[in-house]
Amino acid sequence: MNAIVPTSPNIVIIGAGPAGVRAAQTLVEAGLHPIVIDENRRAGGQIYRQPPPGFVRSKKELYGFEAAKAEALHSSFDQLRPAIDYRPDTLVWNCMPGHPGQLDLLHAQRHAEQPYSHLILCTGALDRIMPFPGWTLPGVYTLGAAQVALKAQGCVLDGRVVIAGSGPLLYLLAYQYVKAGADVVAVLDTARFGGKLRALPALLRQSVTFAKGLYFMGWLRAKGIPLIDGVEQIAADGKHTIQSLRWTRGGKTTEIACDALATGFGLRSETQLAELAGCRFVFNELNQQWLPQRDDAGRSSVPGVYLAGDGSGIAGADAAELSGRAAALALLQDLGLPANAAAKAAAEQESRRLAQTLRSNLQFRQGLETAFPTAVHWARDCADDLVICRCEEIPAGELRRSVQQEGTVEINRLKAMTRVGMGRCQGRMCGAAAAEILAHATGVSVAEAGRLRVQAPVKPIPVSAALAAEEQT
Amino acid sequence: MSLLRRVAEQERKSVSFWLDGKPLSARAGDSVLTAVLTQADQLRRTEFSGTPRAGFCLIGCCQDCWMRSEDGVAVRACTTEIAEGMRLLSGMVPAVAGDTA
Repeated sequence: MNAIVPTSPNIVIIGAGPAGVRAAQTLVEAGLHPIVIDENRRAGGQIYRQPPPGFVRSKKELYGFEAAKAEALHSSFDQLRPAIDYRPDTLVWNCMPGHPGQLDLLHAQRHAEQPYSHLILCTGALDRIMPFPGWTLPGVYTLGAAQVALKAQGCVLDGRVVIAGSGPLLYLLAYQYVKAGADVVAVLDTARFGGKLRALPALLRQSVTFAKGLYFMGWLRAKGIPLIDGVEQIAADGKHTIQSLRWTRGGKTTEIACDALATGFGLRSETQLAELAGCRFVFNELNQQWLPQRDDAGRSSVPGVYLAGDGSGIAGADAAELSGRAAALALLQDLGLPANAAAKAAAEQESRRLAQTLRSNLQFRQGLETAFPTAVHWARDCADDLVICRCEEIPAGELRRSVQQEGTVEINRLKAMTRVGMGRCQGRMCGAAAAEILAHATGVSVAEAGRLRVQAPVKPIPVSAALAAEEQT
Repeated sequence: MSLLRRVAEQERKSVSFWLDGKPLSARAGDSVLTAVLTQADQLRRTEFSGTPRAGFCLIGCCQDCWMRSEDGVAVRACTTEIAEGMRLLSGMVPAVAGDTA
């Protein structure tokens, strides 16, 4: 504790979810005072998101089985507050590597700059999205959106709700929604229950998590909620808002009337800042995504930049807490801390133990991917008129035309030619589908189609803030 | 028609705001998105096809919930808290003469 640091490092943690909080805690325990920047107003990340002040539901009501973990994380963070420089409600919209590096921030519509010597990126994840007919209709939301509405605002999607897609969040959301009084009319799983059995050995490594999934399914069945597996080709229909959803299963088409749809196909890491920080990326087959390279402890390819949590590969909240601690220990080690030999040996031992636990967690993840495979192949065969890019309303046919007529073979070229991925969301919603369409149309793998590059600002900022940034550089 | 329904946290202070020129009320702590979609079914129209949108991710990523206020300020509905007297436009009715909403 209270080690003397030769030069005072400017350590910035981005994200105050499970990874960011545990990273901050580890640094504070070592006597450092990191800056913690978070886009949310309150700590907890998406999974342990806290409602605005004045909301009264208990942690048990908000987080169910995870209440104790949420409580532990929130109270750890509250205890850290005096020792950290906490900047909630602050967007990091640019990162410029260097010595020191610099972050561009936006808070309350105003621009600010923050130099850094070390960065721990805990940027989290969002739903992996697959476009399908009708996906832009009002009433169609991501699984995460439906969950945030309930957790942070005490609301559910109104009317008859269908929950469709894949991944563990599917049944969890259905359970939370039915419990909260939502009218869930069907849960459609794009995976087959048989796939889950094949994945059993890997899933049993984390039997508690697996048991929860089975519990939710059993509970939903007991409530009479139809759970349908092996669903393909979902399509929403409606005049102004969604009015029905149809799908195929074993060649047969079924349609159900509904007023809302929550959909998602697992999670996708938010990697934009790692890219701007100069990190090397590799295509990750398990996540079907380009991810910043990291070693067992969370060191990126850039000295001084560390990665933790779901922002550099999906591993879940428990793993995020561990990887947040591991990354902070690695950072301390790189600073020559702790200086005391016995403490140093203990920290190294802990690092090794954390790495081992995280590796075994990865095997569970492989199991989950077998159980809930991503329906990326949908995009390959989608109709030409399907809108792939929500921002700029670019249909699949335009992407395919660019391949056929302009010989486009690389994703950034495709972006330049068609504007796909160039809109306000910077490809967060359309990137995976666009890469899949390009890869299929050119006959290469998604990895070979290349990585969609991001540009600052990573999210829209007011023109006044951009001008202020310009003036200061 | 509404897209969201309140099922908890109902005992909060009321906040008055305007949507498309109509006075409405929300609850303190509501996001703009919650305030609007508990009593309406769209937030905006797209610049290209003019079709209605009502947000998608609710965590500040998809950028599909940007509304306009009457004085032309852009508001990201999912991450902005509703405030007393806000005057919001959903694209449901023409904002100015000549608009094709």
